[in-house]
Formats: sequence, C-alpha cells, structure tokens
Amino acid sequence: MVGAPLFGLLGAVLQEGAEHADVFVPFLPAWMILLPFIGFVINGLVAYTAPERKKLVTFVGPGVLGLAFLLAAINFVLIAGVHDAEPAIRSYWTWIEVGQLRIDAALQIDQLSLIMALVVTSVSFIIHIYSIGYMAEDPGYARFFAYLNLFVFFMLVLVLAANFPLMFVGWEGVGFCSYILIGFWFTQPVKAEAGQKAFIVNRIGDFGFLVAMFMIFAYLGTLDFQSVFALAPTGFAYGGAAITLITLFLFLGCTGKSAQLPLYVWLPDAMHGPTPVSALIHAATMVTAGVYLVARSSVLFALAPFSMNVVAIIGGVTALFAGTIAIQQYDIKRVIAYSTISQLGYMFLAVGVGAYTAGIFHLGTHAFFKALLFLASGAVIHAMHHALHHAGEDSSEDASQDMRNMGGLKSKVPTTFRTAWIASLALAGVFPLAGFFSKDEIIWSVGARGQTVLWVVALITALLTAGYITRWLVMVFYGQSRVSDKARQYLHAAPLVMAGALVALAVGSVVTGWINIPEALPLLPEFTWFHHFLHPAFADAEHIIVEHMGEAAHVAPFGGGEGTWAVASTVAAILVIAIVFQALKGKKYLPARESAEPTGIAGLLYHKYYVDELYDLTIVRPFKRLCVFCWRVIDQGLIDGALVNGTAYSTRFGGWVLSRFQTGYIGTYVLIIVLGVLIILGAVIT
Amino acid sequence: MDLSQLVFYLCAGLAVASSVLMITRKNPVYSAMFLVLTLFSLAAIYVLLNAHFLAALQVLVYAGAILVLFLFVIMLLNLGHDVEPDVRPLIAWVFGGGLGLVLLAELVVALRTVEATPGVDLLSVWFQEKGAVAGVAEPLFRTQLIAVEVAGLLLLVAMVGAVVLAKRKS
Amino acid sequence: MLQESLALSGILFSIGVVGVLLRRNVIVIFMSIELMLNAVNLTFVALSRSAGIEGQLFVIFVMTVAAAEAAIGLAIIISIFRHYESVDIRKFRLLRW
Repeated sequence: MVGAPLFGLLGAVLQEGAEHADVFVPFLPAWMILLPFIGFVINGLVAYTAPERKKLVTFVGPGVLGLAFLLAAINFVLIAGVHDAEPAIRSYWTWIEVGQLRIDAALQIDQLSLIMALVVTSVSFIIHIYSIGYMAEDPGYARFFAYLNLFVFFMLVLVLAANFPLMFVGWEGVGFCSYILIGFWFTQPVKAEAGQKAFIVNRIGDFGFLVAMFMIFAYLGTLDFQSVFALAPTGFAYGGAAITLITLFLFLGCTGKSAQLPLYVWLPDAMHGPTPVSALIHAATMVTAGVYLVARSSVLFALAPFSMNVVAIIGGVTALFAGTIAIQQYDIKRVIAYSTISQLGYMFLAVGVGAYTAGIFHLGTHAFFKALLFLASGAVIHAMHHALHHAGEDSSEDASQDMRNMGGLKSKVPTTFRTAWIASLALAGVFPLAGFFSKDEIIWSVGARGQTVLWVVALITALLTAGYITRWLVMVFYGQSRVSDKARQYLHAAPLVMAGALVALAVGSVVTGWINIPEALPLLPEFTWFHHFLHPAFADAEHIIVEHMGEAAHVAPFGGGEGTWAVASTVAAILVIAIVFQALKGKKYLPARESAEPTGIAGLLYHKYYVDELYDLTIVRPFKRLCVFCWRVIDQGLIDGALVNGTAYSTRFGGWVLSRFQTGYIGTYVLIIVLGVLIILGAVIT
Repeated sequence: MDLSQLVFYLCAGLAVASSVLMITRKNPVYSAMFLVLTLFSLAAIYVLLNAHFLAALQVLVYAGAILVLFLFVIMLLNLGHDVEPDVRPLIAWVFGGGLGLVLLAELVVALRTVEATPGVDLLSVWFQEKGAVAGVAEPLFRTQLIAVEVAGLLLLVAMVGAVVLAKRKS
Repeated sequence: MLQESLALSGILFSIGVVGVLLRRNVIVIFMSIELMLNAVNLTFVALSRSAGIEGQLFVIFVMTVAAAEAAIGLAIIISIFRHYESVDIRKFRLLRW
C-alpha cells in the first residue's frame, strides 16, 4: 500500500487548478464503517463454528480492510479536490430523542476525519497482512481477525462520528476491543490481568469524557460537533470555569485512552498481547484517539487557555518521563511501548500549544514508523521463539523477548534489520525520514508559542529518543550474540507476508513526511500542502487563539529560525546515535538469566519509578478494602443478614411468640377472657 | 331500718360469706355445700324482692336438682378425699383478687347510673291482681310461649346429649 | 333495696370470676360459673320490680339453660375423667402449641 504521499501529490495537483468543484460529496461513507463490521461478523461466525477454516478468514479479514482503505482514499481525493470543503454530515437514523436532547447516528466526513480514517485503514490493512504470517500457527486465528475487524470498526466509528455520544461509542468500543485483544491468550493469568488493567484504567478516563459530555449538554443543549463548536464561542466565557472544567474532563479521558500521566500504566502491560495488536492498537490507532479528540474539540480547548497549558505540560512531562524509563528496559517491546507514550506526549504537546496540524502530522507519521518498530520486534520475537523452542531451551515469553538474550541478529533477519533501521532513524527525527518533519514542526511550534521550558524539554526528549532507540538496535542486532550456538541455527528470516508488511510500512515511514515541508528548510521546495488541507478544520480554533494570544513568533527562544533549529536537531540526533552506537557496540551483555538486576538510578528507571507499586499501595489496595467492606459488612451483613434474613427471622419469631398463646390450658384462656372483659367494660364505661 | 331491710342484709352477708368459703375449700364436697347455702340465701332475697315463685323455683331446681347432680358426679368420681393440693399459692390469690376487685369497681361504676324510682312498685300490684304463680305463668305461656317450647327442646337435647356423652364405651 | 341488690349481685359475680380463675378442680370451676349465673339472676329480679315482669320470666329461662348446661358439662367431665383419671385442669393440655 502506498499510503498518503501519493495522494498528497495528487491533492496538490488538484489544488493548483481546481476552483471549479464547489461542494464535497462523500462516496459511500457508511461503507467505510460497515465493511470491517461485516468482516467481524463473518470471521466471528467462522471462529465460533469452524475455526480451522483459515483460508476464508485470510481472505475476508484483510480484504474488508483493503476495501475500506480504498473507500477512504477515494473520499480523500474527492475532498482534496474541493477548496476549503465544508464537512459533509450524513445522518442515518435518530438514535436518541428525549426532551431537548436529540442524537443521530450520523457521520461527519471532513478533512480531519478523513486523514484519521486514511491512517487507520492503511496501517490496519498492512498489519492485517502481517498477521496472516504472525498468527498462522495460532489456534485462535479466526478469532483474532474477528476481533481486529471489530476494533477497526469501532475506531472508524470514533473518527467519523458527527457527535460526542457516537464518538463515545467508538471510544468505549475500542477500549473493549483492546481488552479482548490484550488478553487474547487469556488462559495465562498475567495476560488476562493485563487486559483487565487496560480496561479499568481506561474506564477512569471514560468517566471524564462522560462528565464533559454532560456538562456540554447542560450548557449548550446539543451534542453535535457542528452545533457545539458554533455555539461555544458565545456560549462560554473565554477562560471561564465552565469551559475549563469541560476541557479538563475531556483531557482526563485522553490521558486514559492515550496513555499519558497519570493513566499511562496500562500500556506497558498491554505488551502481553500479540505483537500485531501492540502495533495497531497501541501505536497507530487507539492511543491516538485522545489526540484526535483534542484536535476535534480544538474550539473548546482554544476557549480555555488554562486547559491548553495543562495539556501541553502533561504532554511534555510524559514525553520526558517515558523517555527516561525507555533507556533502561530490557524487553524488546517495552522499550517501544514507552517510546509510544513518549511520542504521544509530543502530540499532546503540539495540540496543547495550538499547533493542531503539527500534532496530527506527527500522529500520521508516527503511526507508520512505530507500527514498523513493533512489527519488526514481532519478527524478531517470532524468530527467537522458534529458535529457542527447537533448541529445547526456555522459549517462554520472558526469554524470547528479553534483549539480553539477543544480539548479532542482523545477518539472520536481514529485511527486519534494514526496516528496523529505517524506523529508528524516522523515530529519532533524522532527515529525510518522516519523523524529522513532524517532530521538528512540533518542537518549533512549542518554541514559537513562547513556551521555553517545554521547548527545552522537547529537545532533551528528542535526544533521549535517539539514545534509547540506538540502544535497542544495538542490543538486538549487533554485538556478540547471546543466542546459544544450538539455537542460532534455527533462527530464520521473516516469512514473505510479514516481510512485505515491514517494507510497506518502511516506505510509509520515509514518504509520509513529505506532505508538508515548511519554507524555512534550506535547499528544499516549500510544500505546505498538509497545512492548507487541514486548515478548514482548525480555522475557528486558530482564530480564537490569535484573537486572545497573538500570532506565533518566528524566532525560537534562543534565537535562530525554524530552519536553523531543524538542521541543528538532526545533527544532534545523528551525533547521539553515533555516540551511543560506539559506546554499546562492544559491550558484553549477559543473557537474561545470568544478569543482575540494575541498581541505583538505573534500577529506578528499570523499575519504572515504581509507579505501579505506588498506585497499588495508594489506590488499588484501599479500594479493594472498601469493596470487601461493602461486600462483607453491607451486602452480607446488613442487606442479607439484617434486612432479608432479619425480616424472615423476626416474622418467625413473632409467630413463635404468638404461638405461645395456645397453651391448651384452660386457665390461660379464662384469664385472657377475663382481662378482655375488663378492658372492654372499662372502655364502655368511660 | 325495718325488718325487711335487716333480713336482706343478713341474707346478703350470708350469701357473700358462703360464696367466699365456697371458692376456697379444698374438698369439692364442702364447696358444693357452701354453694347450696349461697343459693338458699339468694332464694330468701328473692322473696324479699317480691319474686315468690322464683324463690321456690330456685330452691327446687337449683339447689334441689342441679346441685344434687353436682354431688352425684363428685361422689361418682370419688373426689371426696382428694389429697392433691388444689388451691394455688398466695400470690395467685392476690392477683386474682385484684382482678376481681377491678371487675367489681367497673360493675359498680356501670350500675351506679341505675336509679331506683322510689315508691314505684309495679310488681306488688301485679301479683296482687293475679296471684303469685299465675302472675308469672300467664305472661310466660301467653307472650313467651315459643321460648318455652324451645326451652323444652333444649332440655331434651341436653338430656340426650348427657346420656350419650357419659355412656361408657363398651 | 335496688341499690343494695345490685351491689350484692356485683360482689357475687366478682367472687364467681375469681373462683373460675383460681381453682384447678374443674367441678369447682363449674360451681363458680353457676354462682355467676345466680348473680345475674339476682340483677334481673331486682330490676324487674320497677321494670316489669319480663325480668322474672327471663330468670326462669336462665335457670333452664343453666340446668341443661350443667347436665352436659358434667357428662363431659365424666368422659374426661375416664381418660385422664383426674379433674385437674392442668392436665387437659391436648390443644397445646
């Protein structure tokens, strides 16, 4: 698949001459969503009734995705051909109609949602192809594709929705699919728990989203995007408490879904899922939903400068925080996981300073090279597992994924090796790969908006990124191999489907950056097509920002223009790569079981700053105690015991008491008669 | 106080005393005897109250028939020399006595409203006209004839029932 | 004499009630009931002096019923005695809980 760049060029051509097309009419938009759902149904039925029929699943699973991508591409070309196209809203039926509230099942097709749809469908399609090879021997093959299709369905609902509740449906749906996909091999407790952790932590964020929705409805009386964003500037006081709270609650949802501080803890554990899942959900699509939400609600955030600051600060801090952890992780996928958290921090940093286009740009490029990094890891793990298994050694997950057991693999998995290099360079932001353009734009925007501290943080994180990814490369592919001689003969290269996917993503990692080349770069033609394309989506928000905070500067905090700093950061990144490479190339690592655990600062980073342990102590355990209390004391003791059993018991007791009256003894009866007579007589005479 | 009043108080005192003794005796034969005494004093009071026929009836039926029946049954069941202590402890008497007093108080309150119309003595006129027996018999068999017949039927039923119940099952 | 008769009647009735409450011998209880009936008869007779002959007529009927009741009651007591060998009411407890 060729992805965005080709169509970007096509769009540019259309942009040059096309003033004649006036209205954007989407082409079969609902089918973009329906196709993956149909795939889910078919694959689900196969999984349920005849799981061994893999051929059908192989055809249907990626097939529907390919068609969906085609549709997205067609619509993309159509909308690119219309200058400043208006969003097309297609309403299919009335979903909820209660009092003043009316929510339709409606899709909004505009520039922003189509870019997201393109990224989602293209990367999903490639990963589906990859999965054909990766999951070939797994008995849950059909189930896997069913779940993947379902996930893409929900993700597309999320990005194409025209109102907050429908988007929330997609939001929850992808959370659920994440749960079932992380816990795909649920027979192992640790994986099932990882799935649970992801879902529960997400849920905390979802609470924020819901509260924000309630508040929006309370203030504006509507939940459609078009209506809300039109009414918001007049409906809310700029910087007021209401809009600030709403946006902060929305952002709470984002920290959950997109793994930022403080709700990022589920993402590293999510690595227990199959690697294609990590690539698709936890790199390219689901985790980007939070960024999309902020971008989509740009008008709301623009009205609340405090919230924007919060977003930017958390984004920046998370980026640095995750970066520091990544340099001391030994699991091949964990490094990439923390890298994802870090890069998501960059995206939030961008949208937090109002550079919406830069954020979405990085979202797109990151999807490609991060997915590639994961899939490359997958290929390595696949080979390691296979080799260790056949050599009769410990082929458990811990063993086959620990980088201390690898090394010197470059000759054994050549395609994987080369594409991993490309992805690493893209991640580090080296010209002319995709990451360079997107990341530099973010760093520049942060500096241009006057956020000096965050700008420095972003720069430092960029260096860290180059550092940890080089370490990753060296530990896996270079140096003396820690794989035993016996196992090494079983190492094999990735099968064609997997290799093909890797190459496709590599091409994307190179080319997707070229859709937006700022003028400041020396020797390159200016090509700001992407900015122009997305401008209509963010025009209102940018207008509000300019109105209240002035234009962005053209000079960085410490002097120098955009071009200068772009060149400087690339040079710095290359330097870091070179230094780290030299330093670690000759290092003798011990295999995992012989290695001691790191201590001191390295130990602190290795143990991820003990955040999970902290959460467990302060939140999980007290909450569990509360739950046990509710169970034992309230539910069993009070409700079951006092109320239910108690009523029964007291009724029986009352009956027992009354039964004592039947003594069968005449004397008792006479006494009662006499007493009765006395009472009645007394009542009568008074 | 004239003679009738004196006699009345004497008989009343006798009635109360013997009834109290009746309920306190251990031997049921003694209780029966004291009941007879009570009934006789009541008969005397009936005479004073201008109910001569009833006084005779009281002695004939109550004292002469019913009480005799009681004594027959006591003798039949050989209860005369009952050794088992039948009377309750003192506390019970106190409590029971208390209840009795409450009842008495309530009755007094209830009956206080009843006034004697002094000097009016319808019955003496009635009996002087008709005579002691006819004065009772005539209204009985004239106006209350059906009640009399029913009472007769009741006695028949009682007779049959008593025979059936007391018969030894052989 | 009306007031005194009514007072006497009340006293005799109360004594009869006390007897029914406190005696265990079922025959004595029966006799106490007869006493109560007599007290009521006295009331009727006392009031009939000013109220009319109907009072005395009713006394006749009361006596009739008392006779019938005494006959049946004693027959029952005899039957019970055959079963329990006693006339102590504490022993008649079949209808117990």
